[in-house]
Amino acid sequence: MASGVKPRVKVPKSASAGDVITIKTLISHPMESGQRKDGDGNIIPRSIINRFTCEFNGESVIDVKLEPAVSTNPYVEFDATVPAAGDFKFTWYDDDGSVYEETKSISVG
Amino acid sequence: MKKTMLSTVAVLAALTFAAPVVADEDAELVINGDIEIVTKTDAPAHLDGALGEVLSGWRFRSDDTQAMQMDDFDNPGMLGAEEGLALFEASWGSEGKACADCHDGPESLSEVRATYPKWNESAGEVRTIQMQVNDCLTTRMGADAEKYDSGKMLNLEAMLAVAARGTPVNVTIDGPASEMWEKGKEIYYTRYGQLELSCANCHEDNYGNLIRADHLSQGQINGFPTYRLKNAKLNGTHGRFKGCIRDTRAETFSPGSPEFVALELYVASRGNGLSVEGPSVRN
Repeated sequence: MASGVKPRVKVPKSASAGDVITIKTLISHPMESGQRKDGDGNIIPRSIINRFTCEFNGESVIDVKLEPAVSTNPYVEFDATVPAAGDFKFTWYDDDGSVYEETKSISVG
Repeated sequence: MKKTMLSTVAVLAALTFAAPVVADEDAELVINGDIEIVTKTDAPAHLDGALGEVLSGWRFRSDDTQAMQMDDFDNPGMLGAEEGLALFEASWGSEGKACADCHDGPESLSEVRATYPKWNESAGEVRTIQMQVNDCLTTRMGADAEKYDSGKMLNLEAMLAVAARGTPVNVTIDGPASEMWEKGKEIYYTRYGQLELSCANCHEDNYGNLIRADHLSQGQINGFPTYRLKNAKLNGTHGRFKGCIRDTRAETFSPGSPEFVALELYVASRGNGLSVEGPSVRN
């Protein structure tokens, strides 16, 4: 069970229709790989964010599978074209079953 | 200037071979397009010409690493500062008090990062920020002292650094602090370890040159606590000192020891005039 997990997203507040915008996301998470051992030699169980998705008005923008080699506090940056005003919905899936969500609206003007 | 020429030659020579990543020496640091950071300024008078200009370690890092520090969203050290703010507002010990119960907020502590280590009159000693925090924790809040350079301590320090960001480092070196300062200066120029290296051998005589693949900086501490990409966490000054002295193959002093407090005061004073830029990002 990971503690102190907090998603953060940076999306421009507005854009012109058809604009390509840069979206930055970061989630604070230890991303324990499952390869390390504690002081007593026991394996520390794997606990990572294994999937990250972004949807725009219900349509998939990006769907990322994350592996144990990804470091602490995974940062994902990508470009997206904005066809119209709407909501970006970001979802992170944790190994422990937790799902973290964040939504950002963008206006077109 | 001789030093600049030497480093240029080193850079050119390096580029001819494996082309290690070397920073753009003329880049200026502006955080969030708003906070202007002084990363290059005249050396303080006490250096007596040992350095012509003092340069923040930011100037010695690669373009990518530099860019990470130019936007708070991209700076992983800001996570620590955020955590620090939460700690500031949380109650810790048996007294049920939080830092925020006495202090108005980080803004009211905006001078702290730039002026510590500092002489504490009632305690009769030079104190670092962490010593001061531990004093509050044990005498006012009824909590246990935090280990030096612990995660919590560094997060609190990062929070204080953000509050002070952009203000020039200005530690006092005369008056009652002068004894510690002299001691720190002596440590700075003493050769340690099997390799017989002093701080000055690398960070005064050879900054700008490459030590194997690493671009030597002046070893300024205005950017601490520092998020290092190599260990993906915030690092304190004492931990860094320890790493440096270990690399000379010496037995090191401990974080929080009087030797490191003296060294921190001295090294901080070498950067008087540079802006506080922590939490900085380094490799």
